Amino acid sequence: MAATMEAASTKSHVGKKGKPPKRYWDNPTEDSENSHVNKKNRQDGESDSNQGNITAVSPNKELVTEKQNKNRQSKTNHISGSKDPFPGEAPIPQERLKKFQRGEKSQVTSGLRSKLKEAIKRSEAESELAQKQAARFDLLLPEDAGFLEGDEDEDTCTISQDDIADAVDITSGAKYFNLHLSQFGPYRLDYSKAGRHLILGGKRGHVTCIEWQSKQLVSEINVMETVNDVKWLHNEDMFAVAQKKWLHIYDSKGVELHCIRKFNDVLSMEFLPYHFLLATASATGFLQYLDVSVGKEVVCINAKLGRLGVMTQNPQNAIIHMGHPNGIVSLWSPNQKEPLVKMLCHQGGVRSVAVDKTGTYMVTSGLDKKLKVYDIRAFKPLQSYFLPAGAACLSLSQRGLLAAATGDIVQVYRDVLGTPVTKPYMAHRVRGGITGLSYCPHEDVLGVGHSDGFTSMIVPGAGEPNFDAMDVNPVGSLKQRREWEVKALLEKIQPELICLDPSQLGRVDHASWEQRHEERVKILGYDPLAQEKFKPRMRKKGRSSSGAVEKRKKKVAHEDQREVIRKTVEENLGKQKELKKEKATLAAQGQRSALDRFKK
Amino acid sequence: MKVKVLSRNPDDYVRETTRDIHRVPRNYDPTLHPFEVPREYTRALNATKLERVFAKPFVGSLDGHRDGINCMAKHSKSLSILLSGACDGEVKLWNLPKRECFRTVQAHEGFVRGIVTRFCGTSFFTVGDDKTIKQWKMEPPGYGEQEEPLNTILGKAVFTGIDHHQSGETFATCGQTVDIWDEQRTSPIRSFSWGVDSFSCVRYNPVETELLASCASDRSVVLYDMREATPLKKVIMKLRSNTLCWNPMEAYYFTSSNEDYNLYTYDMRYLDNPVTVHMDHVSAVLDVDYSPTGREFVSASFDKSVRIFPKDGGHSREVYHTKRMQHVICVRWSADNKYILSGSDEMNIRMWKANASEKLGVLTPREKTTRDYNQKLREKFQHHPHIRRIARHRHLPHDIYKQRREQREMKDARRRKELNVRKHSKPGSVPVETEKEKHVVTVVE
Repeated sequence: MAATMEAASTKSHVGKKGKPPKRYWDNPTEDSENSHVNKKNRQDGESDSNQGNITAVSPNKELVTEKQNKNRQSKTNHISGSKDPFPGEAPIPQERLKKFQRGEKSQVTSGLRSKLKEAIKRSEAESELAQKQAARFDLLLPEDAGFLEGDEDEDTCTISQDDIADAVDITSGAKYFNLHLSQFGPYRLDYSKAGRHLILGGKRGHVTCIEWQSKQLVSEINVMETVNDVKWLHNEDMFAVAQKKWLHIYDSKGVELHCIRKFNDVLSMEFLPYHFLLATASATGFLQYLDVSVGKEVVCINAKLGRLGVMTQNPQNAIIHMGHPNGIVSLWSPNQKEPLVKMLCHQGGVRSVAVDKTGTYMVTSGLDKKLKVYDIRAFKPLQSYFLPAGAACLSLSQRGLLAAATGDIVQVYRDVLGTPVTKPYMAHRVRGGITGLSYCPHEDVLGVGHSDGFTSMIVPGAGEPNFDAMDVNPVGSLKQRREWEVKALLEKIQPELICLDPSQLGRVDHASWEQRHEERVKILGYDPLAQEKFKPRMRKKGRSSSGAVEKRKKKVAHEDQREVIRKTVEENLGKQKELKKEKATLAAQGQRSALDRFKK
Repeated sequence: MKVKVLSRNPDDYVRETTRDIHRVPRNYDPTLHPFEVPREYTRALNATKLERVFAKPFVGSLDGHRDGINCMAKHSKSLSILLSGACDGEVKLWNLPKRECFRTVQAHEGFVRGIVTRFCGTSFFTVGDDKTIKQWKMEPPGYGEQEEPLNTILGKAVFTGIDHHQSGETFATCGQTVDIWDEQRTSPIRSFSWGVDSFSCVRYNPVETELLASCASDRSVVLYDMREATPLKKVIMKLRSNTLCWNPMEAYYFTSSNEDYNLYTYDMRYLDNPVTVHMDHVSAVLDVDYSPTGREFVSASFDKSVRIFPKDGGHSREVYHTKRMQHVICVRWSADNKYILSGSDEMNIRMWKANASEKLGVLTPREKTTRDYNQKLREKFQHHPHIRRIARHRHLPHDIYKQRREQREMKDARRRKELNVRKHSKPGSVPVETEKEKHVVTVVE
């Protein structure tokens, strides 16, 4: 009783003065910090009441704990009296948070102005909230990735496609099929960005466009000419075909829309979807960019590295990677006539190059039968494998499965990028030499073009299960696709913005004043801040004789130099004065020791 | 063998009926969204270009006055009513949504010098060159009734401006002195003068309602407290201030429009230096009015243009002009922060949008989100040179363009001369003066 009385009396004024009343918007961290203390206290209190000992707990403390208990109760207890077993926000795993992190946090240093500090703090808080919400949203994604697991003593690479097709549901099983096209092969292939359409181009001129999931033939033509490569443009309405001589563009019905005579002897092509650029590499050694939205050639670069047949793009920064017969892989952007980077990757020619979705890793294979993995942020080799047959084609899926074509066998490797692997994840033999290899986006399907036609094989776990309909929508309606096309064209990124690090555009340009000035001089062609040369004014009555003019010029000449000289002279004088003073003081003190004569 | 292959049920991704909205599954994984920054930049660039494309600020003009407009007043309660006084003594009341005049009063002989509505919005006061102050009912007279003022006060000298108290029954006029009047009396309850012969503008502080500020012809801005018998203090500048306006949100700031082409924002507690010097006009600034949010103000100038300044920015963010608009005498920012009204010499009142590219009318939620998103993008990328160039570009009439160049040259020449003088005189004898210090002569307490 005494204890409660005391508590009540202290509550009246101590509580008021010491602490402002607790509000719901106050930070609850104090609470959680003290929670174990509370428990202890509560226990203490109980024991106190049991034993009747009152002196153990100070009244002040009692008061605080009482308040906090109330607070906690109001927070965690429901009306029914049951306690919330998981109070507060659900924790987010650090790993998942990291996935959505963009760049470094900007630091608030002490030297900043308060307004800027506030702005930085606010924007940091906003981006953190966005990051957290995105990470939380990850839980709600509807689909899970596919997988393939063998039994205890079973290797997954021994499981045949037929077994897989039998084991899965009918629609998925129908994704394994063969097209026997022995007449016009070998075939090159390309899936559209949404993954609904497939285009096949046979070396001997057979070009066909298929809606592969429903196995409907959209169009089929024979261009009556050698076909080197086929590529979809930004949607399923148009594709480009690199024929023997020129580059042709057809619509999905097979009607020729354009014949582009500026692009000749094209061997391989890449389409940059966000830039609407078609990059082509030709047998004559030229890398050319075609802007397909306006139909103009953007740039034509003479690579000076021989025949260009091996190329791929980095999907993160739209840099073109090209492999050359001398073992070099070179990186190109349309803004520079020289390669951005040249890497010596193989002894012997480079046969194929692939870059993963995140733009972090590059996989190359060469005539030296090696398969190498590079980190292209640091340009460092990570792994090197020896494949007895060598890989003619490489392809990386959205989830990082590597498909390599060795002769007529397709091998699929898992986790090849980070850790060394010993055996393939899957393997499949097709009926002819493989010339084209491509994963279907957002599907567990690998398309293989070979000399005997086309094989679509099931690779569980290859495709990204959850697509973003704002970016690409495989199930979009016609109207949605049209809308998307307009939006995409409005957001077309200019080719000038292609660089190794695309996020650079969002950072502060720390170029020094001198650098900027130099650039300005270069652009303008003259130095706007240069001092004007002094021109003496024309004076009359004979005062502009050449002698007088020279005199006037001399008055002005070396104005700034004179200033410098004046300063140095003043400084020197000051120093001399000081020296003199020191000497004088020393002399005045008369403390000249015998050893001073040795001083300099 | 355990196997799972991706197999999507189309029903999960396609809307059920055609009346439904389309399903848009999202995945925020950054690797699925490459080129975030360049795409955003492109959007920002497009937004900036569209902003300039849609920048059509002129809403309409109110014509009907038979002489130049000399003064305007907002209605204190209604957004749709505007009062304007012309140089021929006529006062017109306008219905802004209909853009038509609904009442005309021949209020004075000679100029109408000032006009103000009472805080309750039931009546308004006018002062004119005929030395009278007249109070009028806001409602038009009934059928058969004569148009007559409620009260008429005959003064001793010409009045040049008037302002009403925020909530009390007093008002202030200026002329040869600054007078405080009670609405019920015919003689001023207080008269202030400080060795000055005439005043051009008087304004009540909107928050500290007993405070007043006025512009005097001896190049000074004088502050008063209504409760005291003498003025508080004044600041004397190099040239005369024409009008002033208090910031309605931070009411210790006021901005005065000056004859030297600049506007000066002062903190009334520290009059030694202006807080900001707003430069851009190429001729005398005649009127200034704050936006109700207090973040921006609009100024009217003799150079036939209207400019909008941010309250703490040294240069204007916007300039309005038309071929036919002559010297702009008076300007007001509407109370809903959306429009600007300018009255000019050629007998027209013009209505402008405060935000030149704003879409008028009701916006759908999607339009609103787009607008907000675009605004944020523009803000984010505003310092990129390409975007900044587009956002800053304004077409100027040839006269203003030419004069601006001329004045820049003059300023450079003056600066050069000052540098030369400093170079050739004893160090320290020619002190460096900042732009803020240059224009203030002295402060008298």
